[in-house]
Amino acid sequence: MNAMNTHYPDPVRVEPVNRHTLAVIVDNEPGVLARIAGLFSGRGYNIESLTVSETEHARHLSRITIVTAGTNAVIDQIKAQLDRLVPVHRVVDLTLQGDSLERELCLVKVAGRGEHRVEAMRLAAAFGARTLDATLTSFVFELTGSTEEIDRFVKLMSAIGLVEISRTGIAAMGRGPEPM
Amino acid sequence: MSAGEVMTGAEMVIRALQDQGVDTLFGYPGGAVLPIYDALFHQESVRHILVRHEQGAVHAAEGYARSSGKVGCVLVTSGPGATNIVTGLTDALLDSIPLVCITGQVPTHLIGSDAFQECDTVGITRSCTKHNYLVKSIDDLPRILHEAFYVASHGRPGPVVIDLPKDVQFASGLYRRPVENAHKTYRPTIHGDPDKIRAAVALMAGARRPVFYTGGGVINSGPEAARLLRELARATGFPVTSTLMGLGAYPGSDPQFLGMLGMHGTYEANLAMHECDVMVCIGARFDDRITGRLDAFSPFSKKIHVDIDASSINKTVKADIGILGDCASVLAEMLREWRALTPEPDTARLTEWLSKITGWKARECLGYWPSGTTIKPQYAVQRLYEATKARETYVTTEVGQHQMWAAQYYKFEEPNRWMTSGGLGTMGYGLPAAIGAQLAHPGALVIDIAGEASILMNMQEMSTAVQYRLPVKIFILNNEYMGMVRQWQELLHGSRYSQSYSESLPDFVKLAEAYGAKGIRCEKPGDLDAAIQEMLDYDGPVIFDCIVDKTENCFPMIPSGKAHNEMLLSDYLGETGAELGSVIGEEGKVLV
Repeated sequence: MNAMNTHYPDPVRVEPVNRHTLAVIVDNEPGVLARIAGLFSGRGYNIESLTVSETEHARHLSRITIVTAGTNAVIDQIKAQLDRLVPVHRVVDLTLQGDSLERELCLVKVAGRGEHRVEAMRLAAAFGARTLDATLTSFVFELTGSTEEIDRFVKLMSAIGLVEISRTGIAAMGRGPEPM
Repeated sequence: MSAGEVMTGAEMVIRALQDQGVDTLFGYPGGAVLPIYDALFHQESVRHILVRHEQGAVHAAEGYARSSGKVGCVLVTSGPGATNIVTGLTDALLDSIPLVCITGQVPTHLIGSDAFQECDTVGITRSCTKHNYLVKSIDDLPRILHEAFYVASHGRPGPVVIDLPKDVQFASGLYRRPVENAHKTYRPTIHGDPDKIRAAVALMAGARRPVFYTGGGVINSGPEAARLLRELARATGFPVTSTLMGLGAYPGSDPQFLGMLGMHGTYEANLAMHECDVMVCIGARFDDRITGRLDAFSPFSKKIHVDIDASSINKTVKADIGILGDCASVLAEMLREWRALTPEPDTARLTEWLSKITGWKARECLGYWPSGTTIKPQYAVQRLYEATKARETYVTTEVGQHQMWAAQYYKFEEPNRWMTSGGLGTMGYGLPAAIGAQLAHPGALVIDIAGEASILMNMQEMSTAVQYRLPVKIFILNNEYMGMVRQWQELLHGSRYSQSYSESLPDFVKLAEAYGAKGIRCEKPGDLDAAIQEMLDYDGPVIFDCIVDKTENCFPMIPSGKAHNEMLLSDYLGETGAELGSVIGEEGKVLV
C-alpha cells in the first residue's frame, strides 16, 4: 500500500468555475451575517462580494446579495447550505434567472493639480460620475455602474492621482415585472 | 395562546421544559445558571441528572434522545460550562441528534467586557449547532424556549443552544405556551415530490441488481420509517445494507440484510454497492467512510437518494433521482406506488443477483482466527451478543476498533437500540450515552462496548452512574492500545507505534470498586461466558475488563483511497486486497 495515503478520499478533478450572484432573504436578527460568513469560511467557499441591508423594516427582513464563484456542484451546495440556515427565508440564484441587473456604487478620491486635475474632471464627466466634493487639489467622485465599468474607471483614475477608493459591492435584481 | 402567567426567566425555563414534556435534564450548575437551579429546586417533574463534566451531559442527552426519540436537554453554566459542551454539540450536529442546550451567560450589561466566566457562546457554538440564540430580553424568552424544541426536532434534527444571561433569568415577564409550536418561517419539506417518487419506483421495478442503502435518517424519522423500510424491502425483495448510524432500522439477522457497508463493512455489502445497477439510498449521506474512492464508487448504478436535508443530496455523489422529504413519508409513498405497479415486477429478474450475493456471503468475511488461549475481541462481542440478544438491550460504544467490532458482530433487530458516535468519532461518547439510554429505559439492559483508551476520556461519569444507581455495563475490549490508531500505523506507517500504546493503565477492577461499582476481569476464552453472566446478574454498574488479543486488526477494511471492490480481508480467509482482484467481476477490474 502506498505510504502517502491518507484515510480521506482524493479531491475530485477540477471542473470549470462560474460566478453566480445570489439574493438571500433573511430575518434581520443579531448574528445572521456571522452565520452566513461563517458558513462560507467554514465550508471553504469564496465570497467575491457581499452586501447586506435591511429591506423591510416592519417585517425585520434583510436582503443579502452574495457574489460567489464555484463549480456548478459547489454553487448548488452553497444554495442548499444557505437554505438550511434557520433564519434564511429564501435563496434565489439571479445568475440562473438570466440577465439580472447588477450595480455597485463607488467613491473615488483623486488628488492632483494642473493637467491631471483637468483630465480627472473630463473622465468623470465621460463616465457620468457625480462630483461629491472638490478642493483646489482634489475631487471625490461617485460612480454607479457594473463592476466592469467601475473597474475601468478606477484603472483610468489610478494613472492620474487616485488616492482612495470605497466600493459597496453588488446590489442585484432580476429584470421584468415579477418580484423574486 | 393562553392568557399567560407572570414569572421570572428562570421559572420560564423550567415551565417550558415541563410544557414540552421533558422529564430528564442533564446538567452541571455554576454561577450564571443559579437562578435556574433554584427554580429546579422547587419542582419535581423535571429530574436533573448531575454529571461530572459538561461534555458528559451532552453525550448523556444524546444517548437519551437516540434511545427514546425525544429531544435531549442540557443545562450548563457560562464560560467553561459552555466551552465544555462544544464536542458534544458537534457530535450531535454530525449525527443529527435533537438537543436543546441551555447555557448561562453573564448579565447582558457585562457581555463583551471579558467578565468572569464569560465567553462568546453563540459565536463559539454557531458552527456546531443547527441554530442558536442569545436571549437579550425576557419578552423573547418564552417564544425562543419553545421554538428551540421545534427547530431541534423538525427537519434534519440537531442541537440548539439557548444562551441565557443571568439578568434575564431574574427578570419577570409574561409566560405563554404557544398553541401550535413552530418557527415563523422554518418549514422543512416532509412529503417527497410525487413525480420523483413515481420515477424512482419505476427505476426500482426495472432493476436487476438493486440494493437499499439505508442510514440514520430512517431511525431519526421514527419507528414508522423502520417499519415501512422492512415492508418495502419485503415487497421488493431487494437486499438491504446499512450505515453505522442506521443499524437496527432493518433487522440484523434478516436474510435480506447484508450487514454494514463502508470502510469496515462486509464483503457482500460493499460488493453489492459496487456492482448494483440501482441504489436506493434512504436517509444516508454518502459519507467518505461509506464511499471510499469517489470516482470508483458504485460505477454502474442509477442512484435514488431520499433525504430530508437538501444539502445532502448531490453533495458528494450525484443522485439520478433526488427526493427531498422525510423517510417515513417517502417510504410510505414508495410502497404505495410499488404495490400499484401493473404488471407486478417479475421477481425472477433478481435471481441471478441474489445468488451472486449468496456467493459473496459464503465467503464469511467476518471470519477470524479462533483462539483457545487468548480472547479474540470479535469472539467477546459474539459471546456478549449471544448472552444478551433475548433481552431488551441498548448498546453504546466509544470510538475505535471495538466500535467496529460491535457494529459487525452485534446484531440489532430494532431501531434506537444502538448509539455510537458516527460522524464526529468522539472517544468518550459511550459511557455518558449509556447513562442517558439507561435513564430513558430504566428496566432495560444498557451496555457500553468500550476500549480501554476511550473509556478513560469520560471515566468520571462512572460517578454519575453510581449516584443514580444506573446499572450500566461497561464492557471494555482491553488490548492495551488505541487499537485503530495502532492498526493504521501498522498498515500505513511501517508499524511505528507512535504514542498509541496505553501506558500506565489503571486497574479497572479496583477503579470500579473505588467508584462504588463492581469490577470483573476476564483473560481466558473459557471463562468468558461465566464472567459475562456474572456481569449481567449484578444489579448495578459494572466495569468488565476483557483482556483481548493485542494485535488483532479490524477487517474487512477498504484501505485509504480505494474502491469498494478493493477490500482487505482477514488473513484468516487466506487473501489480501491484491489477490481479491481475482474474485471481482470483469467490469470491476477495469476500474482497479
